[in-house]
Amino acid sequence: MRVANFLKSFAFLLAAIPVAVPTLATADEKPIRIGLVTFLSGPAAGPFGVPAKVAAEAIVDSLNAGKVPAPYATKGFGGRPLELVVIDEAGGGTKQVSEFRNLVERQDVDFVIGYIGSGDCLAVAPVADELKKITILFDCGTPRVFEDASYKYVFRTRPHATMDAVAGALYLLESRPGMKNYGGINQNYAYGQDSWADFTAVMETLKPEVTVTTSQMPKFGAGQYGPEISTLLQSNSEVIHSSLWGGDLEAFMLQAKPRDLFARSQLILVAGEPYLHRLPGNIPDGTIIGARGPSGVYAPKSPLNDWLRTIYKERGETYPNYPAYSVAQAFLGLKTAYEKAKAGGKTETDDIIKAFEFETFDSPSGKVMMKLGKGHQAVTGTAYGQTREVNGVVTVVNVKYYPVERVQPPEGMKSVDWIKAGMKPGKW
Amino acid sequence: MAQLLAVLIDGLIYSSWLFIIAVGLTLIYGVMKILNIAHGSLYALGAYSAASLAGYWLKQGYPPMGSYAVMVVAAILVGLIAGPIIERGLLRFMYGKDEIVLVLVTYAVFLILEDAVKLIWGVDPYFIAQPYGMLGNFSIGDLTYPNYNLVLFGAAVLIGVVLAWVLTKTRQGKMLLAVIHDREMSGAMGINVGKVYFITFTVGAMLGALGGALTAPMISVQPGIGAETIVLAFAVVVIGGLGSLPGAALAAILVGIVRAAAVHYRPELDLFSIYLVMAVVLIVRPKGLFSAQEARKI
Repeated sequence: MRVANFLKSFAFLLAAIPVAVPTLATADEKPIRIGLVTFLSGPAAGPFGVPAKVAAEAIVDSLNAGKVPAPYATKGFGGRPLELVVIDEAGGGTKQVSEFRNLVERQDVDFVIGYIGSGDCLAVAPVADELKKITILFDCGTPRVFEDASYKYVFRTRPHATMDAVAGALYLLESRPGMKNYGGINQNYAYGQDSWADFTAVMETLKPEVTVTTSQMPKFGAGQYGPEISTLLQSNSEVIHSSLWGGDLEAFMLQAKPRDLFARSQLILVAGEPYLHRLPGNIPDGTIIGARGPSGVYAPKSPLNDWLRTIYKERGETYPNYPAYSVAQAFLGLKTAYEKAKAGGKTETDDIIKAFEFETFDSPSGKVMMKLGKGHQAVTGTAYGQTREVNGVVTVVNVKYYPVERVQPPEGMKSVDWIKAGMKPGKW
Repeated sequence: MAQLLAVLIDGLIYSSWLFIIAVGLTLIYGVMKILNIAHGSLYALGAYSAASLAGYWLKQGYPPMGSYAVMVVAAILVGLIAGPIIERGLLRFMYGKDEIVLVLVTYAVFLILEDAVKLIWGVDPYFIAQPYGMLGNFSIGDLTYPNYNLVLFGAAVLIGVVLAWVLTKTRQGKMLLAVIHDREMSGAMGINVGKVYFITFTVGAMLGALGGALTAPMISVQPGIGAETIVLAFAVVVIGGLGSLPGAALAAILVGIVRAAAVHYRPELDLFSIYLVMAVVLIVRPKGLFSAQEARKI
């Protein structure tokens, strides 16, 4: 194959350079351009990416119309309307770094809100600092973002994934105090490995006599789980821990249920909430479900929660799941910081950063505190419950809420060290 | 012992699936020397069509057992529509060009079809789980398997046997083998090579779509499933020897058993197992297990 000849025939087309259009708009009326990066294709699009996009568009419209309940009644951000530039997150970290540079350098966005995949967050965060662009990570879970590094321009308005493991283990041991063993099936990449490592560490700390039967780590997007299900069946695990998500979780559930896996083992899905309305008939009653924060079905009743549910339902066929709540937290957190900076007379990047750090703001999931990662990483409490299907609708029962100090490490301490040290509650 | 048996059964089930998704790819390469990356899209189109049509069938309250026939019909329709469009509309203008050009052309088709899928079906997944559990289960030891897995196994055997029979026992099959061995000489002897290409590509497309259709009840059908599958199908075809039907069958069994063994005994090797098989085979036989000897033309 004459590759060289072939490459000669390639022509790279440059996208048209945007032309500045004269406008009569004043600085206060000029829209704030926000790059929204979320999965529009691939396995994460349906349960995560698209709900986040639908929510973001509904939130922007509602903010621009000034119809968000207090304390967010001001139109847009401080009176300036918002404009979205939506980018597909599919393609991996390298592609996302290029897309991020495009957003900043060519699309000229003012802020970036995005990233569901932990790998994408880890790849983009250093570039955000390099390009000095305020970037809100709205959904990814790996604690490594702020535990292994420090960023000036990067914020994450959602708690990191340590709480999935900690609260999940607490809930499990409270509901099955006599359990003797457990197995796991998690995807073989950053989030899946972290989730399993955290969960086993928490179990080791809380109840060291409980043993691990098997740890299955299929590749991301494997789709076929026959051998894994056989292994889990033969392991006689009392409990199966899983952080599977997206199409992987759905395929696993479809293949495992007819094989009676869930009749033998209690299932705990730490990232299971987005699937409740998608898999009726295929999520066994009693499955323990997490949502990383009191989001989705666990969100407490409040005017802000009612608002999000209403505007989302007008556009989607269902009520919002937790990725929709995550993106709401990103917009409302950024709005809080922007308007706080504006109240101080300046909305330069450094002013917004200063206003954002260590800020506390209201969200449809309740209070969000930017207390970790030197004020760049959010914390909240969380909730767990168990599924029950009634008339084809999957709901949660036996819900328990866990305060932040029980499920998140204090500032300056890595999650894994905090877990191994006994998870002593910090002061918040 | 029970675990060994589980490895064997899991391996054979996985092998059946691998063979079904890979056989169309190797058939097209064998005849046309085209590494058809769009095979992944045909798989996805088959899965989406089966999910939509079988879902509609079940929703209307028609006999559930009929959904299996609907899934197969959906795959045939995809093959009959997409195959000729791609072959007549695009590929026939590319014959004779470098193989890498054809790889890129089919890659372009793959990208176009991926977007077409999103335009037609959106990004939300489709489920038709009913056919997967409807046939009941069988048990071996302490393990339970849906009988649908036997359907997969049966389909793989049937496809392999029928293709082998057609290729070796029928006039059309022998003409096709002649084209595989020497396209120019076949043409000179009066075989309509264009027609052979057309039929081969359509059948290959149908097999790709059938792979998707038979997989649909076991997965959530959503954008991106074609990309995941084409990588595996390529691996199987390369291990077996590009264009070799028995090679694809043996490679599928090898990969299926090795992967099942890895999952059961050393789960941390699961990710690597298929590529380990590929590396070992290619070290020993650089052109795959059943690669044909190539005559050098002077």
